[in-house]
Amino acid sequence: MGNEAIILFIILGTLMVGGAVIFSYLVSPKVPQKMKEDTFECGIETQGSSRIQFKVGYYLFAILFLIFDVETIFIVPWAVVMKDLGMVAFVEIVIFFFILGLGLLYAWKKDALKWE
Amino acid sequence: MYNFSSLTNSIHEFLAASLSPTMVTVVEWSIIGITLIAFVALSVMGMVYIERKVAAFFQLRIGPNRVGKWGLLQTLADFLKLLMKEHIMTRSADKFLFNLAPFIIVIAAFLAIGAIPFALGLHIMDINIGVFYISAVSSIGVLGILIGGWASNNKYSLIGALRSGAQIISYEISALLSLLVIVVLAGDLQLSAIIESQRDGWWIFKGHIPVLISFVIFLIAGTAETNRGPFDMAEAESELTAGFHTEYSGIKFAMFFLAEYVNLFIIAAVGATVFLGGWMPFHIGNWAAFNSVMDYIPSVLWFFGKTGLIIGIIMWFKWTFPRLRIDQLLVLEWKYLLPINLVNLLVVAFIAMMGWHF
Repeated sequence: MGNEAIILFIILGTLMVGGAVIFSYLVSPKVPQKMKEDTFECGIETQGSSRIQFKVGYYLFAILFLIFDVETIFIVPWAVVMKDLGMVAFVEIVIFFFILGLGLLYAWKKDALKWE
Repeated sequence: MYNFSSLTNSIHEFLAASLSPTMVTVVEWSIIGITLIAFVALSVMGMVYIERKVAAFFQLRIGPNRVGKWGLLQTLADFLKLLMKEHIMTRSADKFLFNLAPFIIVIAAFLAIGAIPFALGLHIMDINIGVFYISAVSSIGVLGILIGGWASNNKYSLIGALRSGAQIISYEISALLSLLVIVVLAGDLQLSAIIESQRDGWWIFKGHIPVLISFVIFLIAGTAETNRGPFDMAEAESELTAGFHTEYSGIKFAMFFLAEYVNLFIIAAVGATVFLGGWMPFHIGNWAAFNSVMDYIPSVLWFFGKTGLIIGIIMWFKWTFPRLRIDQLLVLEWKYLLPINLVNLLVVAFIAMMGWHF
């Protein structure tokens, strides 16, 4: 099959989850109670809002990921043609990795990789 | 060796003889769809059963042994129970996003499983950027986890989802970089071309120590990407009850569970295809007699044998190592795996340039 199969897989996933959820909705019991709809929190009543502040560290790692993911996209086409281009491609990727390594080293020294 | 394309071609010709082209496509898509859903359901049930048995034997228990012979029907019974549970949604949840999350996570799993070559000629979609495509669509799943955790409006879910997000996006880089090692050696991203390049031996044997290193890194990153084993921070039940799916119950929880095991299968299948040759039998250089003996074993058995081996290794991880902390997890990725991976890729590029690999 050609690449139009991507549409088939999206339809399949939707059908599978949708079908299972709808079928389950039809056969399952419905006994609504106020307590059932409470947010779970160790058995005691919920304290305050759940939209809490969380660590800034998650953002730092997300930004780092963004840099390295974009960089990986640059490496993919290089990896395909590496054997054909030979020495030129190798020297260029060494320079590329050197600059990249400096970036990682900077984040490291700035304690962006530290979790406290 | 039996080529499955003769089977698919004969089905196609049989349909084309009696139906219009539109109907042929519809019927073929239905056949593929039903087969794929049945395969996913059966393989997930099998893997859940095996996982529980493996866990039991590791801990000197018997495991499921009541429903059916040797407890074989236990997973089916669990699924039916989940199917008949009441649908519960908390009052404060974001209703649309809460229901959307299982869809996203299952669709991402289906998108990835479609590009995997199961046997010689049994390949639903042989896309020309195979490795890159699988890596791209399998990272859609993290959106489902983040959406589910946020929409539940529960503190445990939110923290679990954030942890899981940080972990999956971090390890994604390592997984892709370790696959690129083989792409450099094979010179192609297409999975069928990568398998073809292993006709005279699998890359794990042909590529010296750097390929072994990248295989180990791939196993670690794959385990982390599927939220399993020692890296199951997202659902650390001792601190976060159940992580991002705390508020999910019944069939929606079953969908998260299903996607987790499908992802495990995908990671194992990609590892088997790229490093261990997929459906390619065990060949050694120019030993023609030995190679022709190996060709008598069907390609399906080779593929599922290798995939099962990697699944077994990943399950072994889970029941051997204690769970890591989130900081140890991120340090392992950013301070160890990533630099090792970059240097490893350079070494492999040098080997490929000098032609030192077999």
